[in-house]
Amino acid sequence: MALTQPVAQPGSPSLELPENVVVSRLDELANWCRKNSLWPMPFATACCGIELMATGAAKHDLARFGAEVFRFSPRQCDLMIVAGRVVMKMLPVLQRIWQQMHEPKWCISMGACASTGGVFDTYAVVQGIDRFIPVDMYVPGCPPRPEQLIQAIIDLQDKIQREGTITGREFNTRQRQLRKRALVELPLPLSIDAARNPNLQRALAGAARPQD
Amino acid sequence: MTHASDTSSNAAADAPPISPHVAAVEQACGPLEHSVYRGQQRMVVPAEKSFETLALLKDRGFDLLIDVSCVDYLEYRGATHRYGLIYLLASTTTNERLTVRAFVDDPEPTVASVVPLWQAANWLEREVWDMFGIHFTGHPDLRRLVMPEAFTAHPLRKDYPLQGRGERHNFPVITRDHS
Repeated sequence: MALTQPVAQPGSPSLELPENVVVSRLDELANWCRKNSLWPMPFATACCGIELMATGAAKHDLARFGAEVFRFSPRQCDLMIVAGRVVMKMLPVLQRIWQQMHEPKWCISMGACASTGGVFDTYAVVQGIDRFIPVDMYVPGCPPRPEQLIQAIIDLQDKIQREGTITGREFNTRQRQLRKRALVELPLPLSIDAARNPNLQRALAGAARPQD
Repeated sequence: MTHASDTSSNAAADAPPISPHVAAVEQACGPLEHSVYRGQQRMVVPAEKSFETLALLKDRGFDLLIDVSCVDYLEYRGATHRYGLIYLLASTTTNERLTVRAFVDDPEPTVASVVPLWQAANWLEREVWDMFGIHFTGHPDLRRLVMPEAFTAHPLRKDYPLQGRGERHNFPVITRDHS
């Protein structure tokens, strides 16, 4: 019956809508789309990766939460799941992959090793990836059960619904930056790339970091 | 080192007969320390003669190099040398196994590379160089194998701290503001 009712003219204070129309803010709608189509980047380096695979498989079925599309290219992902310990030879790789992911992006630190280094308190193992890249969710466990990872993804969905905007207000500081290219932005500590690539060497020498 | 050397001289009547491989090496390099543990022959050769000894053993049928490893005997009870190199050999025709050890010392622990004998020694010696800093003369490509190229220490030496010297935290920090 609602469709047959006369709709008030625009500008009228008593605007009536048909019953099959939902009014929302555009931010809410964009966040709803984002949180239900997370594409994870599986950065699986240890036994947590096995649980990560189990989470994506049939029994636990991550597709129920819209996060089943694992992509192995960081260009296509918006959720990095770091599952396992990260050694100092792997950390530059992790940082580069994080910088290659497009905005908006989130990071889950899965398991004790990724979060704190775990029992591997040795010379080569990084004691928590949050020292070097931003982390949104931490999952305890050694390794965590798939239910725990699913809970972290649900919590991350709540966080995305609360925080993300399509105006990009939270990314303002990033948008003000002059250079967006990862290679120029990140001075790699090991200078391997610069040694192999003279163009990059010149770019690194000439690029001044923008001041925020 | 850790095992007695009394089996090499004035062997008792019930001692096992000396292995022909040990006899051949002794003929080439002089008397050396050797023993048998659970049926497997072990011998200690002088480091400066390790290459010719291993070449002799390869000619005697040990055509397979299983492993090259190293032990740091710093502050080890009764130790007389710092580093002990270990070569594990095997013969694919007779199924014999042989452990050859050689001891080197600071500074500049150096031994001849066995890559000309077994190609398998290439990465094994690179790992020993990476972890212990043993220099292998004659190695075709003596770079680090496990640690990053810019790493400066040899982390399996006993005088290297277990948690490192801060190398694991020497990275740039990426925050939300610049990522």
